[in-house]
Amino acid sequence: MTTMTLGKALNESLRSAMEADPKVVVMGEDVGRLGGVFRITDGLQKDFGEARVIDTPLSESGIIGTAIGLAMRGYRPVCEIQFDGFVYPGFDQIVSQLAKMHYRSAGRLLMPITIRIPFGGGIGAVEHHSESPEAYFAHTAGLKVVACSNPADGFHMLRQAIASDDPVVFFEPKRRYWEKADVDTDAVAGPLHEARVLRPGTDATLLAYGPMVKVALEAATAAEADGRSLEVVDLRSLAPIDWPTVFASVRRTGRCVVVHEAARSHGVGAELAATITEECFYALEAPVLRVTGFDTPYPPSRLEEAYLPDLDRVLDTVDRVLEI
Amino acid sequence: MTPKSAPPRAAAREAAFPPDVADIPPVLDEVELVQLLTPEGERVPHPVYDRYLADVDDETLRSLYRDLVLVRRVDVEATALQRQGELGIWASLLGQEAAQVGSGRALLPQDYAFPTYREHGVAWCRGVDPLALLGLFRGATNGGWDPREHGFHLYTIVIGSQTLHATGYAMGIAMDGAVGDADGAATIAYFGDGASSQGDVNEAFVWAAVYNAPVVFFCQNNQWAISEPLERQTRIPLYQRARGFGFPGVRVDGNDVLATLAVTRKALTDARTGQGPTLVEAFTYRMGAHTTSDDPTRYRLSSDLEAWKLKDPIERVKAHLARGGHADAEFFASVDADADVLAARVRTGCLEMPDPGPLEIFEAVYADPTVQISQQRQGFSTYLDGFAEESA
Repeated sequence: MTTMTLGKALNESLRSAMEADPKVVVMGEDVGRLGGVFRITDGLQKDFGEARVIDTPLSESGIIGTAIGLAMRGYRPVCEIQFDGFVYPGFDQIVSQLAKMHYRSAGRLLMPITIRIPFGGGIGAVEHHSESPEAYFAHTAGLKVVACSNPADGFHMLRQAIASDDPVVFFEPKRRYWEKADVDTDAVAGPLHEARVLRPGTDATLLAYGPMVKVALEAATAAEADGRSLEVVDLRSLAPIDWPTVFASVRRTGRCVVVHEAARSHGVGAELAATITEECFYALEAPVLRVTGFDTPYPPSRLEEAYLPDLDRVLDTVDRVLEI
Repeated sequence: MTPKSAPPRAAAREAAFPPDVADIPPVLDEVELVQLLTPEGERVPHPVYDRYLADVDDETLRSLYRDLVLVRRVDVEATALQRQGELGIWASLLGQEAAQVGSGRALLPQDYAFPTYREHGVAWCRGVDPLALLGLFRGATNGGWDPREHGFHLYTIVIGSQTLHATGYAMGIAMDGAVGDADGAATIAYFGDGASSQGDVNEAFVWAAVYNAPVVFFCQNNQWAISEPLERQTRIPLYQRARGFGFPGVRVDGNDVLATLAVTRKALTDARTGQGPTLVEAFTYRMGAHTTSDDPTRYRLSSDLEAWKLKDPIERVKAHLARGGHADAEFFASVDADADVLAARVRTGCLEMPDPGPLEIFEAVYADPTVQISQQRQGFSTYLDGFAEESA
């Protein structure tokens, strides 16, 4: 058991994946000598060489498109997209090529490609550096989409994503990169696409993922002082969603609030609310409510505190869901 | 701030756009075209490329002719099948047989081709059954052959995307150490003049250049991107773009199967021996429509087509074979007979091709299937069973 930041846990995960499988290659902009703009690939090129930690041209479609060719050649590429808002030049390759290749080939071709994307706001960045584009990918058949929320998951989930024979879009909550926790790198991890109940409760379920898990846990702690027992579920996987864990929690509490940074409409929360309503209708005491970013572009960073769901907004919505 | 002079009249502004680029003087070198067999069938010596045809004897010449005739015959049959409603659409290769057979025959077993959706001639050279191609256009599959078995990737419909796949695969070849001598491997990326405007193609050029990847970019410039002429894609000959990316470019007569074979062999040899990418521009003409859904009479002159018919890729080989005594009437008759047999097989196979079952929708979405898709499949299966019970 070692205490490390999320950033370090991801770095260790990449290192152990590369040690375990010589076909794992890391590719992206500035991932080599610099170690990535967030230093997630720090030291890897020094230890594994330029052929396995590849500084690429500044070309996101090129990163994904060549990773597809490398996968066809038997490699297992881990692509770094520098920031959430920079993934769109590679969107066509991800959606039209990567996601569909296994299907188009009737299962003959595997696409064991991991696309790491630092996502979400809260670091005071300029525009295009704080977005939450996960719903685009979760909506695309053929992709698997996960989001880690803490160092231990960062380590184990990334290892599992790299080991997956399906393409995985791996979202990393960039504002949590520097937060520390214990990581047991020798632990046997549970399934990648499994949700986790991080805190049991009886009055309402908070569903969150990525950067909002911490906010949800803090809200549950604060609510406890008011005598309210909130259950917090870290979804971890957005495609597929671990519905049995979600349904079981909602059936226990009868109430549910979804928390995410991404804009509200057509988001992951909408899918959660619809399916929970369909499957847990008779257990629900109230409609599923959402605490999300607004249906606006991400605002200038001086306004991001107002935009991002925080403790007070979550508690305000918890009040509403409990009053219904 | 006030304008110093009156703004130009609207009519003048309209006239300025789009400009006629044909009026703009060219800025680059004289255009060179590699041709080894004239439209009349005369073999022209070449100081660089002849050595790449050293093994081409009479038998090889005849087999090239045979391939050209057979792929055209398959193409004609497929077009007819579309007209009869048996295919949803067909993208004809008419006029591009030499570009495809010449380049396809240049490939070695260890090479990997990344086609568009029109490379039926290359598919033939890579041993892909034409019926597998028809399955795609009939709507029975999204790609009915094993790309690894043939070194021939699935057809790519989104324009230009496959050039990056070819580049990535070529990077993998280099990473495997499988370049450096004549036994090395290479990839070939097919695309067209329209694709040359795509970002992906230009990104592929950059990647291939900076990593010196063993990839040949094979552009069939057939002069038309559906209805848009070459002038809407470029102001310079496409092969000359390669220089800006830092690797060689060459224009070959794409209706000359010998020149295409030689030029592609050189490019592949350079790639497999570690000399990096080449852009080959096969200068040809799409003699048919873009697809069976297209109507070229709306946008191009029949006189253009007539002029290109005089440069037909098959006729010149036939003339060469006949004039040089490399083949006799019996040979030509046997090729025609083989073509008829192949066409009949393609026709029968198409008509007998079964539709996939409805539950195949759910197959192979993931290597590790999700519960959601399994449940949707189960639900749909139960739904379908309901109809079976009703009709029972």
